[in-house]
Amino acid sequence: MSSGEVVASFVVPVHPHTVLAPDQNPGWQRLRDAFDEAAQTIRDLEADLLIVYSTTWPSIIGHQIQSDPNPEWVMVDHDFHDLGSIPYSFNIDAEFAHAWDEANRKRGLQSRCVNYKGFPIDVGSVVALTLLNPDNSIPAVIVSSNMYANRSETTVLAKSCLDVIKAQGRRAVAITAMSLSNRMFTDFISPQDDKIHSLKDDEWNRKILEFFKQGRLEDVGQLSRTIHQQIRVQKVVAFKPMWWLSAMNGNRNDLTGRVMAYEAIHGAGGAVVHLDPASSGVGDKEYDEDDVEYYHGERDVLDIVEEDQVQSQTNDEVTEETSNGPDLWEPTEAKGSVNTTTAPKPVGAYPHARRVGDMLFLSGVGPRQPGTNAIPGGPIHDKNGEPLPYDIKAQTRAVVENVKRIVEEAGATMEQVVDVTTFLVDMKRDFQGYNEVWAETLGKVGPTRTTLAIDALPTPIAVEMKVIVHMPA
Amino acid sequence: MGMAKGQIVAGCLAPHPPHLVYAENPPQNEPVAEGGWEQLRWGYERLRASLADIDYDAIVLLSPHWQTYVGTHFLGLEHFEGLSVDPIFPNLFRYHYNMNVDVELAKAIHDEAEAAGLPVKMMENPDFRVDYGTITTGHLFNPEWDKPLVVISSNRSTAYYSVEVMQEIMIELGKVTRKAIEASGKRVVVLASNSLSHRHFTTESEVPEDMSKEHITSHAMHLWDMRIIDYMRSGQAQRILDEMPEFTEQAIAESDGGGLSWLLSTLDVPDYPAILHGYGTIIGTGNAVVEWPCHAHEVSEA
Repeated sequence: MSSGEVVASFVVPVHPHTVLAPDQNPGWQRLRDAFDEAAQTIRDLEADLLIVYSTTWPSIIGHQIQSDPNPEWVMVDHDFHDLGSIPYSFNIDAEFAHAWDEANRKRGLQSRCVNYKGFPIDVGSVVALTLLNPDNSIPAVIVSSNMYANRSETTVLAKSCLDVIKAQGRRAVAITAMSLSNRMFTDFISPQDDKIHSLKDDEWNRKILEFFKQGRLEDVGQLSRTIHQQIRVQKVVAFKPMWWLSAMNGNRNDLTGRVMAYEAIHGAGGAVVHLDPASSGVGDKEYDEDDVEYYHGERDVLDIVEEDQVQSQTNDEVTEETSNGPDLWEPTEAKGSVNTTTAPKPVGAYPHARRVGDMLFLSGVGPRQPGTNAIPGGPIHDKNGEPLPYDIKAQTRAVVENVKRIVEEAGATMEQVVDVTTFLVDMKRDFQGYNEVWAETLGKVGPTRTTLAIDALPTPIAVEMKVIVHMPA
Repeated sequence: MGMAKGQIVAGCLAPHPPHLVYAENPPQNEPVAEGGWEQLRWGYERLRASLADIDYDAIVLLSPHWQTYVGTHFLGLEHFEGLSVDPIFPNLFRYHYNMNVDVELAKAIHDEAEAAGLPVKMMENPDFRVDYGTITTGHLFNPEWDKPLVVISSNRSTAYYSVEVMQEIMIELGKVTRKAIEASGKRVVVLASNSLSHRHFTTESEVPEDMSKEHITSHAMHLWDMRIIDYMRSGQAQRILDEMPEFTEQAIAESDGGGLSWLLSTLDVPDYPAILHGYGTIIGTGNAVVEWPCHAHEVSEA
């Protein structure tokens, strides 16, 4: 099944007043009414999954996903404990949580599920799920907000979530539990005296809401850092939920937005906003930062030494590690794509191969080894670009082996290879050795061949092949 | 004859990483470990031994994981028990706690703070779950839990305003804490539950207690930690307060929660040497167990 989609998105406030004390302030009641209307909208949409990104659940070790099928406890707010307690018993979609966790790791993120009795579900999630899903009829999933995560990490978190929504064919609602301006009054106030903390905060909140009304979600995401500087207490969790929500909606600026309520909660800006994925028809105007599919940021901090040890153990006479090339990517998935863990990871967003009808087209294949990324025969230069001696025959044999692995993954054989284009970075030096290995391997199969001299390849290798296979059913 | 004047018998920097409780394997904690972070755990042992012969009535503790933006709060019920699960490291810390509160002393500090113009509130909701920082430091300092605690929230004025504003508030809170303790006639230990440098790793080794992976996150963090500890060991508390803005910013220090400033103020900015019982890193953060032996330097007035 691949028809999953985000059928609606909501921005909702985090403080407990809307659950525990809506009657104490008309603004809190209007927020509560908007929550109730949003809950009805979600039911009307026949959503089958609620996904909460909560700014009041900070994490350090990557992102955490709640996977206890039925977390139960009583939540008391750290600041507003005198308003009362909120008992909760939620219906969590543990299967989705685990699938998201796995999808996160496939896209390079640090991630883990948490399933512990008594885990303290945060106030933002408790308020959101209590009011948006009062009868627990719709399964939910909650994800933390990593205090160190940047835009790319948060964006990729959304994309991995979308991977699972699509794979499971879900009708999902994306929810960010967050304040707009989050400056509260630092003293205790009477409920009737509540108002937005300052004129500046109010003006910025209204600017953000104007963007929401126009469906310009990506623009709000792009302004995230500025908004954080202008109207946010500089605590650990920044105004990053908009990065997540924007990516959950395909980074668009033509959604259909509706501000259902905007009120103060102890001075902070609380809003209930509905973002419908239907296009508003105004055109998708935008000013983009780079989009990102995989996370390549700071990771494996702890494992540097160990990886070096592993590399040195795998080196032998003809095999040297390469760490002076570009970042490696997970192969992309699309209709007809063929990928295998037995071939080296791509250096960009592409599959190992793609089948169209009875033809199989391989992406350029080099000699790097799957897993270790080592180059048989050694790299052609070091990290500083200084030339190194290398063995072209060993590299060419490794290329042919990698081609064979991909071809066989697709269900074809080397005998079905019909055309090869070879790229050499040093024709004069390497042609003879390459040609000898060709004769021993693919030359016996008989594909057509073109050999080109080029200036460089992305990794420090000397040879790469582009292969076409005919594989009739 | 009037009541004897109360006294602070010791002040301690007593950090709360749950890893230390996890590594110790106490019966109250659910996960099981193979050890780890011994330097700090033995540091806590030395701290406990150092105070073993000192009699005291209560522990006053400020925890950066009870975070309040609206004023400073005090636990206001006599007894709390329940399960504390660390929301950040739930794999390490799921602790069944059972603790008593010295409500009388808490209310006395609350009232002094209120009289000084600080926004304060007693926390009297019986469903309240005590934060894991309090539980962790409470366990490591006094595993028997046989002394009542006064637990003070961490007002987040650093995040809201600046370190300087936080420090103004915490110095005032420290003064009223001392005043209330002295008026109470009780002998008290005060604890600031915070790390020094506070930049975490964002990954965790497969075995969390694998000490081959443990180190400070950067050289700069190490230099700051050693500088602050050197001030502690040489009786230069005022210099710590003076450099608190730079330290807190550059070492991303957990002093942002106000605990260290409050502690030093409560101890009347000590000019005598503190005892370093242990230092170690925990997922890259710098942690020191430090004691200011007030009982040896301050004369109790009967």
